[in-house]
Amino acid sequence: MTIRELADKGIFKVVCAGDDTDREISGVFCCDLLSVVMGRGKADAAWVTVMGNINSLAVLSLTDMACIVLAEGAQMDAVGIARAETQGFTIFATDQPIFETAMQIQALLDA
Amino acid sequence: MSDAIVLKYDVPGDDFTRAGEASSDIKQKLRKMGIPPEAIRKVAISMYEGEINMVIHAHGGQITVEITPEDVDMLLEDHGPGIADIEQAMQAGFSTAPEDVRGLGFGAGMGLPNMKKYSDEFSIESEVGVGTTVHMKVRF
Repeated sequence: MTIRELADKGIFKVVCAGDDTDREISGVFCCDLLSVVMGRGKADAAWVTVMGNINSLAVLSLTDMACIVLAEGAQMDAVGIARAETQGFTIFATDQPIFETAMQIQALLDA
Repeated sequence: MSDAIVLKYDVPGDDFTRAGEASSDIKQKLRKMGIPPEAIRKVAISMYEGEINMVIHAHGGQITVEITPEDVDMLLEDHGPGIADIEQAMQAGFSTAPEDVRGLGFGAGMGLPNMKKYSDEFSIESEVGVGTTVHMKVRF
């Protein structure tokens, strides 16, 4: 499933569309502690987190994950949105809890 | 070495909006040079952790990166408070990061352990009141 296909499902709000929407999502990663994410984040994964700040974007980029999905109603701050737009990162958001959000994405990947 | 590329970065202190600029820049350069992705990932992780440590603890610092055909050599120098007990600081889960920093998702006590884990060579020297120097190498 590509980033665009996930966006087209309409289950998550698209906060920033991103530049690389043809990129394949190949898994789901959940964690909020950025140092743990740095060490363990899987390339091309959809990263489900409540951390909506500019540092999450740095971690997204450095770990080569495909996109951020902000769960639990968490929001990206204004500085983060501006950075995501200039650097072409994709950010989704949902009010669902982290586990349910991850399960939704995994179900789509398994379909 | 004659075919080495040397890059220097100033890491601003206490500015989380700019932390990661140096490691992102190196990552892009290595990618353009066609370095294997796993080596790039190791450099990016170890350098980002170093940058974050400089921002949180040391009011910034300097990073010198030397890229050769065989490896990336990173020297991180700061004039922060220094580390009294390096062995303790190297333990996963040990952190002296303040509460506001933890709220940003840092301070899990994984910074130095990640730097050691993702570099092929790692050494750290520190003196209280003088500063800290970390040397890391990632081979291709």
